[in-house]
Amino acid sequence: MSNYLKLIVLGVLTVFFMIAASYARDLAYQVHAVILVFVAGGLFLYTLRNTDEPVVAPNTGEYFDSVVRAGVIATAFWGVAGFLVGTFIAFQLAFPVLNFDWSEGFANFGRLRPLHTSAVIFAFGGNALLATSFFIVQRTSAARLWGGNLAWFVFWGYQLFIVLAATGYLLGGTQSKEYAEPEWYVDLWLTIVWVAYLAVFLGTIIKRKERHIYVANWFFLAFIVTVAMLHVVNNLTIPVSIWGSKSVILWSGVQDAMVQWWYGHNAVGFFLTAGFLGMMYYFIPKQAERPVYSYKLSIIHFWALIFLYIWAGPHHLHYTALPDWASTLGMVFSVVLWMPSWGGMINGLMTLSGAWDKLRTDPVLRMLVISVGFYGMSTFEGPMMSIRAVNSLSHYTDWTIGHVHSGALGWNGMITFGALYYLTPVLWKRERLYSLSLVSWHFWLATIGIVLYAASMWVTGIMEGLMWREVDANGFLVWSFADTVAAKFPMYVMRGLGGVMFLSGALIMCYNLWMTVRRAPAKEASLSVAVPAE
Amino acid sequence: MAILDKHKILETNATLLLICSFLVVTIGGLVQITPLFYLENTIEKVEGMRPYTPLELAGREIYVREGCYVCHSQMIRPMRDEVERYGHYSLAAESMYDHPFQWGSKRTGPDLARVGGRYSDDWHQDHLRDPQSVVPESVMPKYDFLERTQIEGQYIGDLMATQAIVGVPYSDEMVEQAERDFRAQADPDSDYDGLLERYGEAVNVRNFDGKPGVSEADALIAYLQMLGTLVDFSTFTPDASR
Repeated sequence: MSNYLKLIVLGVLTVFFMIAASYARDLAYQVHAVILVFVAGGLFLYTLRNTDEPVVAPNTGEYFDSVVRAGVIATAFWGVAGFLVGTFIAFQLAFPVLNFDWSEGFANFGRLRPLHTSAVIFAFGGNALLATSFFIVQRTSAARLWGGNLAWFVFWGYQLFIVLAATGYLLGGTQSKEYAEPEWYVDLWLTIVWVAYLAVFLGTIIKRKERHIYVANWFFLAFIVTVAMLHVVNNLTIPVSIWGSKSVILWSGVQDAMVQWWYGHNAVGFFLTAGFLGMMYYFIPKQAERPVYSYKLSIIHFWALIFLYIWAGPHHLHYTALPDWASTLGMVFSVVLWMPSWGGMINGLMTLSGAWDKLRTDPVLRMLVISVGFYGMSTFEGPMMSIRAVNSLSHYTDWTIGHVHSGALGWNGMITFGALYYLTPVLWKRERLYSLSLVSWHFWLATIGIVLYAASMWVTGIMEGLMWREVDANGFLVWSFADTVAAKFPMYVMRGLGGVMFLSGALIMCYNLWMTVRRAPAKEASLSVAVPAE
Repeated sequence: MAILDKHKILETNATLLLICSFLVVTIGGLVQITPLFYLENTIEKVEGMRPYTPLELAGREIYVREGCYVCHSQMIRPMRDEVERYGHYSLAAESMYDHPFQWGSKRTGPDLARVGGRYSDDWHQDHLRDPQSVVPESVMPKYDFLERTQIEGQYIGDLMATQAIVGVPYSDEMVEQAERDFRAQADPDSDYDGLLERYGEAVNVRNFDGKPGVSEADALIAYLQMLGTLVDFSTFTPDASR
């Protein structure tokens, strides 16, 4: 019966998207409508074929791991895609000729940069969070994912969001809010998917067989609910027409700037920090085979982190038209935030007490540990850069870009790689990874790549900041803006090379994971039966 | 510590944990964002500020679409070198009609908050067509397709009507005459009295790209040429306390 209802809904949607495609006011909207015709039409045919066919009931005594496997594949795929675009736009800045004449309406730096940031944060990072949170919440609750195929809806719905966002940027559909560029209908779709994600996650926790909710799940839960809040408030727009991608945001000027950076900084704070700390609290203890260092520390740093992070946004707006009291609040809370951030780092690193020797023999653990090291470094650098005097130099420069990348590549990238290396043998029931020496290669390529990236951005950032403000004895500016651009060239090439190394490491990882699934010896006993708190 | 033992209540109740986390993360935003809608220096109106003309608004849409904000800020900070290089520091009022704001976060290229009137229309044309021809050190991509893309402005009235809903003071007349004003501003031979009456005598009426018809380059240059020119700092001194 429900299949007939589905068929009606999908049929109506297919026709609606066809109408939308023909009334479309702009290219991005039109292409999206055509994509949606194929998606809705394809689902219609799929449902039709399965109607009145016998349904194979899933084994509800087992963990729901197929969606996690898909998440692992999607994470690796979007990771490589995002790193590739990032490396390309790094070279576009060094060699502007790479903004090709034939692609200038679609692939100029200004359109590719949002593609890169969204691909790495939301596609790579987002899929990593989906996959790991679904994996971890089942193991630590000893329960199968709640909601049946709702988890599949979350996964595919999220991939559709990524495709719509990415194609939108290339075709000029953007609302220009950094890290929240997708237009109104894409935002609406993400909201639906996100609510389903919260339902699956919370539903699984509620039906857990363990009395206590494991610490990793506190972080995942806070991440999901906070991102929902940020996403909705920062994207409150009124569409100009339902037949076009353009919309107008409720806020303007200084209020919009504050809302945007409240969102923007907490996309970092919750998407890239709280969620990933959830990963840290599972994979490091598992890989090191040691319990979490301090339970009390995890309580204190959890509540302190989520309370303080939300205040840090205004440090993106020092010396702007934002009132001083707000930027002072942002600065003070950012500096205080250093403590709970390092609380997390200490809890992660000290978990290795008594197991430090494993760093010599286990490159996967090495990857997880260096990610926590990078986390500690960038959560020290961040509070420092939020101090007004430092920010007056660093703001608007490449230093900020370097800071973001030492966090994103070092912390988010490395911990995700570690998680993928852990998950692949478990999910595909292999005894071990295909090659540990390839993991070592990946580790060193990625680490040296990050160091090249961060170091070159420190140099250009501080250099251009100093050049912009240098005045001679008569009080005249010494350098024209163009001089500072020219001076940055060697470091821009160096940064691009760092990107190439990081990308090569990720490609080696993909090969290694692929070969693990194909060639590594199978494991005898099945691990996917629901047993209490793994 | 005894209080940490009480945490058991939270970590054994998923709903309670969810609600408490949510309450904790709402506080910072409420404290920092809400006052901005009431405080004098964030909502003050400064003489000279007006909504964008239809052509300028279309130019701004192109600015957004191409991601110009990725490399160009529109927010001059009150430091000596910035005021020297770019002009008077930016006021909150100067972006009050910007939905969304375009302050930017990175200066791969220079700030554009007061670029209006600094260069000729010809310079802007050459620069958009091939940035390296006028600034050899530049790493900016070419935007020569803008002058080849003609636009009609048939939807600009709808955009203005939507902006009016969120508080931009576009009158019904402005919305009705949008398409006419859109074409008039790029054509000095047209009857543009209505445009000046609605948006002020200072509006630039020129054939910005020097070619017949209205191209995307016309719109973008019209936008760039008015940036930061609305407030007259020879007669207006902002309040020092911020």
